Order: sequence, then structure tokens, then C-alpha cells
Amino acid sequence: MAKKKLKVRASGKKGYAVIKAILFHPMDTGLRKSKETGEIIPAHYIQEVTVKHQDAEVMTINMGIAVSKNPYLSVEIDGAAKGDKISIAWLDNLGESAATEVTVS
Amino acid sequence: MNNQRRSFLRKSMASSLVAVSVASGLLTPSHVLAAWPKAAFDSTKVDDAMKMLLGSEKFEETNQIKLRTPDIAENGSVVPVTVKTKITGVETISVFALENARPLAISAEMSATARPVLATRIKLGKTSKVVAVVRANGKLYGTTKTVKVTLGGCGG
Repeated sequence: MAKKKLKVRASGKKGYAVIKAILFHPMDTGLRKSKETGEIIPAHYIQEVTVKHQDAEVMTINMGIAVSKNPYLSVEIDGAAKGDKISIAWLDNLGESAATEVTVS
Repeated sequence: MNNQRRSFLRKSMASSLVAVSVASGLLTPSHVLAAWPKAAFDSTKVDDAMKMLLGSEKFEETNQIKLRTPDIAENGSVVPVTVKTKITGVETISVFALENARPLAISAEMSATARPVLATRIKLGKTSKVVAVVRANGKLYGTTKTVKVTLGGCGG
């Protein structure tokens, strides 16, 4: 099985839901040199994360190279209640992507 | 560093988006990421990045935005940042790290149902001012905080 690429948890509060996600990604900046070979490690980072609530897009988060490795995100969605569908997807600069869906608990 | 090459890169970035994608051959096909504001993220100057992303580099200082970061970050590669605001009608929340090689760290476009809260972790090359800029109802608001870094997060 492929390595897990993102982990999402959505917990319902009164009138809104808190979404917490960890996206597993190296987030290489393209500015850093490898310690062993001295060569520049090519840039490889997530550029876009979309968050959807019941198939409606709630937000698009654009990331640059300054976001830490294995980015952590926490956002809140108004009106999301228990049992609602939340989906999160990311896309990186090399065209790789991953997506997952959770229900608000 | 080769200065001519630097200035060439910067100029071509400023002149047009097309030039950018040509100049950096490593790009993924641009149509896939049409929405991603590449010029702003590639910009090495805060003012340029803000202008390209938000339309202006000027923002109103406000205490309506809560920017939570540690005062001293031991490890610059993982600096927790939380932006929270009471301002209504928030369209975007962006975070800039002024001393980073690429100041723009993250920018979230919010729809009406998104609460104006964003928490993430960013890298800081060295001790730096961190600016959170919120665009709401077409106006820019911002707040600044200095984070002291004892170990950089962007070096080798």
C-alpha cells in the first residue's frame, strides 16, 4: 500500500466544525543543498489545498516553500454539523496529488 | 552568486507570466495550476509579493487580527502560526515572513462559510517579522510580530 499522504480529522462544535489536517509531504524548497552530495535538492512542495464541505468549496489554501515539512492545517467551517462530508485535496508543484474524505464527528 | 542571472530572473518575473514559465523550465504545465499565484510566491521582496497577491503592499495596522506565534522559536523549520480575526467578510488570509528568501508563506482564500481562522506551521530562515494580512471587503488589514529564531529552517 502506498504511504499515507494525508490525515484529516473533523470535529463538530456548536454551529461549526474544526478541521485539522496533516499532509505528508517533504516540502523541499529548492534552495537547500543535500548534505551528502552537495547538490541542490529540487523544489517539491504543495501548492494548493482545497477544502470542501458537502461538495461545496469552502476554501483554497495556496502554499509556498515556506510552509513546514508535513504541513499542518487547522481551519473552521461554519454550519458544518455532525455527519457532514468534508473533503481535502492537495496538489504539488510536480503534479502529484492526494485527496481524502471524512465525516464530521 | 551570479548577479546578472539574478536580475534577469527578477525582471522576467515582473514583466510577464509567460516569461516566468519559460525562464524556469522545471515548471509543471501551468494550466494545471492556473489559480496558483506563482509570481507572488516566487517573489523575493515582500512588497512585490503583497502587491501581486493582494493588489497593494499597504495595509492598515489593526488589533482586530490575532497573530499567534512563539516569541522565540528554537527550531526555525517548524514555527506554529495561528491567525484569527474578528473582522467580517474575510476574503483571504495571508502570512508573510519578511526575512525569508520567498516571503509569502501561505495564503488562504475563504468563502462565506469559512471561519476566519487559519493555523499552520511555517519555516523561518532566521529571526524575522511575521506579518498576517487579511483582506476583507476589499480592504487590507495586517498585524506584525517578531519571531526570534535560534536555529534556522531554510539552510543546509
